[in-house]
Amino acid sequence: MTNSIEDIAQDSQCIFIIGSNTTEQHPVIGARVRAAKRHRGAKLVVADPRRIDIADYADLHLRHQPGTDIALLNGLMHVILRERWQDDEFIAGRTEGLEELKAVVARYSPQVASEITGVPAEDIEEAARMMAENRPGSLLYAMGITQHTVGVANVMSCANLQMLLGNMGVAGGGVNPLRGQNNVQGACDLGGLPNVYPGYQAVTDATIREKFESAWGVTLSDQAGLTVTEMLGAAEEGQVRCLYVIGEDPMVSDPDLNHVRHALQKTEFLVVQDLFFTETVQFGDVIFPAASFAEKEGTFTNTERRVQRVRKAFDPPGEAADDAWIIAEVAKRMIAQGAAGPSKAALHAGWDYGSAADVMAEVNALTPIYAGITYQRLEEGAQLQWPVPSEDHPGTPILHVDKFSRGLGRFAAVEHEPPDELPDDEYPLMLTTGRVLYHWHGGEMTRRARNLVAMYPEGLVEIHPYDAQQAGISDGQLMKVASRRGEIVAKAEVTDRVEPGLIFATFHFPESAANFLTNPALDPQAKIPEFKVCAVRVEAA
Amino acid sequence: MNVTLTINGKEVVAPEGSTILEAAGLADIKIPTLCHHPDLTNVGACRMCVVSVEKARTVQTACTTPVAEGMVVNTESEAARETRKFVLEMLLTDHPNECMTCEVNGECQLQDLAYDYGVTWPEHSGVLHAYDIDPDPNPFVFIDRNKCIVCGRCVRACGEIQNRDVWTFAQRGFKTRLVAGADQFMLDANCESCGQCVAYCPVGALFDKMSLGLGRPNQVTKVRTTCSYCGVGCTFDLNVRDGKIVRVSSAEDSAVNGLSLCVKGRYGYDYVHHPDRLTRPLVRAKWLANVESKVETGQWRAYDPDRPISDSESLVETDWDTALDVVASKFTEVKETYGNDAFAVLASAKCTNEENYLFNKFTRQVLGTNTIDHCARL
Repeated sequence: MTNSIEDIAQDSQCIFIIGSNTTEQHPVIGARVRAAKRHRGAKLVVADPRRIDIADYADLHLRHQPGTDIALLNGLMHVILRERWQDDEFIAGRTEGLEELKAVVARYSPQVASEITGVPAEDIEEAARMMAENRPGSLLYAMGITQHTVGVANVMSCANLQMLLGNMGVAGGGVNPLRGQNNVQGACDLGGLPNVYPGYQAVTDATIREKFESAWGVTLSDQAGLTVTEMLGAAEEGQVRCLYVIGEDPMVSDPDLNHVRHALQKTEFLVVQDLFFTETVQFGDVIFPAASFAEKEGTFTNTERRVQRVRKAFDPPGEAADDAWIIAEVAKRMIAQGAAGPSKAALHAGWDYGSAADVMAEVNALTPIYAGITYQRLEEGAQLQWPVPSEDHPGTPILHVDKFSRGLGRFAAVEHEPPDELPDDEYPLMLTTGRVLYHWHGGEMTRRARNLVAMYPEGLVEIHPYDAQQAGISDGQLMKVASRRGEIVAKAEVTDRVEPGLIFATFHFPESAANFLTNPALDPQAKIPEFKVCAVRVEAA
Repeated sequence: MNVTLTINGKEVVAPEGSTILEAAGLADIKIPTLCHHPDLTNVGACRMCVVSVEKARTVQTACTTPVAEGMVVNTESEAARETRKFVLEMLLTDHPNECMTCEVNGECQLQDLAYDYGVTWPEHSGVLHAYDIDPDPNPFVFIDRNKCIVCGRCVRACGEIQNRDVWTFAQRGFKTRLVAGADQFMLDANCESCGQCVAYCPVGALFDKMSLGLGRPNQVTKVRTTCSYCGVGCTFDLNVRDGKIVRVSSAEDSAVNGLSLCVKGRYGYDYVHHPDRLTRPLVRAKWLANVESKVETGQWRAYDPDRPISDSESLVETDWDTALDVVASKFTEVKETYGNDAFAVLASAKCTNEENYLFNKFTRQVLGTNTIDHCARL
């Protein structure tokens, strides 16, 4: 997030939620948004193909077709420019490329945008007016924006809208991705990505690489690695022989699970480190029992870049051990066997850490955005949001205040492009995927929380009464859903939360995981799969 | 604009429009409250915060009376103290004398005030409420209306914080009764199971059902930590007794969320103690030597008792040294034979920052590849 939960809750005059089921996936933020509307009259615009809970609280619900976000956003910007509602001062001082944007959005009149998105033209006009008249406004998004073959373009389009309105670098503004998992932000920040070292320092930058080479005492690869979807492909083809999976369950969370299964079966040596015997563990050669969040010390970084402590309440069960100890043991043993020979003179070559605080001290030394985030400050109660470049820096609750990281913010004009796979005669319905309030991600944890299971015991597939009737399916009846890649059987939830032609499924339950159906087509740049749109057909099971 | 007033003989400057309670807070003067909570609007329902104000005919509720220039307030006047004692006595006449077994014993505002004001259990001679205990089938919120003091904090928390408006009061006077929706079950009345009503209840009328009988405040150790579910980053206290989480309680000083949590954060913790937890390293028999003798002597164990250990694909529970050596040796061999590109690592959005840093260091320094990713895209 460019901004903080608090300033959005206190200062936004208009909150625009697009592609985020906020009530169910970020419930505490959802409540803050509803409170902003109730107590201080902030406007709320929700764009989502489904009538999600937060849409019931909205001033305006733009119910666009999945995969038409750019057309919708361009339509909004068309109206703003036509009515001269743009923030000319912000645009002149802080941005470049407006002419290019103008040329593109000129083609997206409300009528054109309406034809593509299915949203009435007058609602597009009204939403644009609401955003223009109520500034600063904040834009919140989640996977509904990113999980498309045009994911990157979708994000750029969100940024275009916010720059056009001058909603950047101010309290109550911003482009705010709500991160899905407890520490997905931290995993990205601390080097869990194939192209960057901790702190988004590029592996292809020679100066940066030399810094890490001298810290870790080895020569490092200058080639960016493979992303998750690519590495499974490489495993299937035999190029990747050893796969080490830590606290992840690709056999539930990745697209096209039949393909994932094949890749895992083909992997010569699979090491899995987890709390439970997950769907992925069943393919493991060696399985390390890991510690839960309550059994170890450390920090998580939340969606607003705030680093907070995780504390050990008791020991892990049996011989389970924390991930830091396990990885250090594997590293030390491999180094002893000569697999790597880090120079002993290098300051951070070794693997003998006394505590999580020791690891953080190494992070501080090598990661400019985390340089000032020390355990001492955290224990003293400091609330630190990165970047925190030094120990006396107070942190950065709002990004891009006086300038963007690249200097001027660039309007990157983007055109609507349809999803990779659309319904046709053979697969006439559209499937979109997501999550429900009572479960989380692959469900490995929530399916083992007894009352969350009591509330939502099995995967349901939402289908509109019209489509249900056409297929002869009644509420609660088992139905078969098939795509070009696989099929699942799950109970139908007949509801007008979805529109005719659209069905919705989750990946919380392995038996009915939507990812047997989903399309592995990727955004070419971010390599994110198009989970939000694929073509399916249904029949009573 | 500020106004100047006198509280207990002390001159206090407070912003115009603030209440006597807020002004007293500025001067570190404590006024007892029950229905007031700083996160919620003030309703002046319980009359605990009454104070004497010069020239006023009767005692005034400090939580709803705005300050005025020159106002003279006495928070500890005999009238104020006697009124509070009377309010407490009235509350106790219709309150079950169950502190001995009550979940919130030691963390109950009614109990604390009765102690502070020396109010003993009244000899009662009237009608007592006799509501069913735990009448709502939802799995999260326990309800005992007999302990309800009708302060309305749950009603306001659900409305003002959560915007669900599940709770309301039905009827009037002695018959006033907390109800969900139109006297429905909570889950039929728009409830999203967040438990905010429990967090704001000052007594034991609403409590976390999963925690009943598992440990009272003085029997647990609270460990402040960060939630393991979504990216909002709520912090809360794990209430731990005998090495087990018996409850999650939210805390007013949590930077992100205050007393708010969601159903997963507040009630989804028991996976930690699930019998499915993996507790020993597992290795497929094909990677091990002397499996049968080690299993026979009890050093190792078959993971699946129905699968013969002679099956090379069967999983064996080993010791850590063996499992770590199998991995380190295989990785070393593959690296020497096929090079660094033969490896891929999936790090974890569920692990800590420190652990992810180490996964990144291991992948790049020891395996020698940049092929590390996690489920940020999934």
